Amino acid sequence: MLALNKKFLSLLLLLFLWFLIYLNLESISNFIVYQVFGLPKGTHLSDAIWFFVFEVPKVLLLLVLIVFFVGIIRSYFSPERTRKILGGKKLFIGNILSSFLGIVTPFCSCSAIPLFLGFIESGVPLGVTFSFLIAAPMINEVALVLLFGLFGWETALLYMSTGLIIAIISGYIIGILKLEKYIEPWVYQVKVGSQEFIPVKISFTDRVNTGYATVKEIVGKIWIYILLGIAVGAGIHGYVPENFMAGLMGKSAWWSVPAAVIIGVPMYSNAAGIIPIVQALLAKGASLGTVLAFMMSVIALSLPEIIILKKVLKIQLIFAFVGIVAFGIITVGYLFNLIY
Amino acid sequence: MLNVKVLGTGCKKCQTLEASVKEIITANKIEATVEKVDDLSAIVSYGVMTTPALVINEKVVSAGTLPQEDQILTWLKEG
Repeated sequence: MLALNKKFLSLLLLLFLWFLIYLNLESISNFIVYQVFGLPKGTHLSDAIWFFVFEVPKVLLLLVLIVFFVGIIRSYFSPERTRKILGGKKLFIGNILSSFLGIVTPFCSCSAIPLFLGFIESGVPLGVTFSFLIAAPMINEVALVLLFGLFGWETALLYMSTGLIIAIISGYIIGILKLEKYIEPWVYQVKVGSQEFIPVKISFTDRVNTGYATVKEIVGKIWIYILLGIAVGAGIHGYVPENFMAGLMGKSAWWSVPAAVIIGVPMYSNAAGIIPIVQALLAKGASLGTVLAFMMSVIALSLPEIIILKKVLKIQLIFAFVGIVAFGIITVGYLFNLIY
Repeated sequence: MLNVKVLGTGCKKCQTLEASVKEIITANKIEATVEKVDDLSAIVSYGVMTTPALVINEKVVSAGTLPQEDQILTWLKEG
């Protein structure tokens, strides 16, 4: 009990510190840039440095907080449990459910195949499985935090809701097309163990520890991309002409959305790695729809993933999967360009 | 004699788990064989979908995570 209290108190203290710093970030940045460095206000250089000094801690703070809570939430979900929920679910309802579960279930593309086998074998419909496989990598806390921190909550919310819609509808279409015959036959011969895996009972303290561990793991892996991304953002702040990309990737270039997706599909990067590019493109006049379409296609579809899936899927099904998702992303791209 | 299996296709965590299990076994002088299983259908046959997974005497004790070292030791002693 005492240990729990200690843990709890230190968590509260950390949260308090978090808010203290986060809410005063602007004055802290002002102090560092104009008082400590003694830079004059209003020049390109000091603007760029201020942007960097302000954005880096802001995004990192947001990331730490969200990743921590997502880590705790995810400790309540496991793929095994998700599979149980989705088993035998009807199309559409199943697609909606599995897209949402895709967000909260821990997923790593390295275990995409065992997951695929496990789902299919235990009677999760193909289309429902695909909704999960589309939503899980595309909508993740890192992408959402970065979009929220750098472009505002509207962009993050739009990304999440359109991502969900793409996952639901693409999975649904794959389901009604009855593409099961394009699964490699060996998949059906695999015998999935019925061994009931009962995880050790974990206390709330363990979950909090999981949260800390997740922060260490994820933030430790991606902080460098964030630093780079914001440095790019700061560097082009005022140095590259404002409308540099407008002709190529602006709203008026109708072909830019499909072009962005075609370039984005074979590329492979995590959400953090793509943010520097997104930052640079947006700052220089590329339109939001085009850039989001690019980002989604890089994160959701990639050549390495397609090669992994080739083990269990025939080429026809892979084409259908990539085609349907790419079409969805292009539609979302145009939609955003139309709204904004 | 314990029969310990580490299920995993070669991700970084899987290698870490294998190494740390071997280390714990040596350090505590536990009699056990450690086997790395990377065949997909063999992995799935245990009913796990996320790697790395740890199997002690054919019983799955963890999946998808890198368990704490003292937790692994407890499992090994119970097994």
